[in-house]
Amino acid sequence: MKITCEEASHICDKSQYKEASFWEILKLRLHNLYCKACARHTKRNQTLTSLCNRANLRVLSDSEKETMKQDLEEKL
Amino acid sequence: MAAHELHPENWVDLYADYLFNYAVARISDAEIAKDLVQETFYAGLNSAKNYKGDAAERTWLVAILKRKVIDHYRKINSKKGKAEVRISYNSDAESEGDWLEEQVADPFSQDGDYILENEELGMALQECISKLPKKQSQVFTMKTMQGMSTEDICNELDINPSNLWVMIHRARTALMGCLNENWF
Repeated sequence: MKITCEEASHICDKSQYKEASFWEILKLRLHNLYCKACARHTKRNQTLTSLCNRANLRVLSDSEKETMKQDLEEKL
Repeated sequence: MAAHELHPENWVDLYADYLFNYAVARISDAEIAKDLVQETFYAGLNSAKNYKGDAAERTWLVAILKRKVIDHYRKINSKKGKAEVRISYNSDAESEGDWLEEQVADPFSQDGDYILENEELGMALQECISKLPKKQSQVFTMKTMQGMSTEDICNELDINPSNLWVMIHRARTALMGCLNENWF
């Protein structure tokens, strides 16, 4: 059941995208109980996720950018 | 002091997302916002000779975009007064008979604050993302903003999953540090 900090951070990253399995999350929680550094990292990682969600950033799709670029190049 | 130079060929890659978010936060219509960004680039090209190099490229473009946003609102507001305006004391049947006092905005509501704060947060985040190495920011935006699956990203960028997670991890760590300095 014991995992290294490296594995813990990997599971933590995955869980930010809801891609960690139940057992992985359990292992991470267990690890966080005795590893303060990872516990802190997990907390900060979660904060980042919630900030990203709150900011509700939008991106232009690649195709939209491509058309923009072509338009711009014509004018150059 | 011509410390800055213009490189229009890189504009779309470097600033399109930043400007787009700036515009969307103010216009809240993605299509119009996109057009305004495009117009900004055109205007930038046309007045490139007026660029003195005092400000960074992006600051300069944002200044142009700001004018475009204002112009947009001027334009739609000039149509005001031509349409018929109807105001009724009480439009929906449910609140009929309520006191007028009960219909004013809740003075304790903080909705406005949230919207403003989130807008600033968005810009801070965008700023931090643009400081990341290109590959990392690409992977991070695909995963976080566009919500693409790991598999799709791997296929598109031709990398393997462990590669992807390493980049995600580095990007996230860098972003946490950057936001720590600029946001909290």
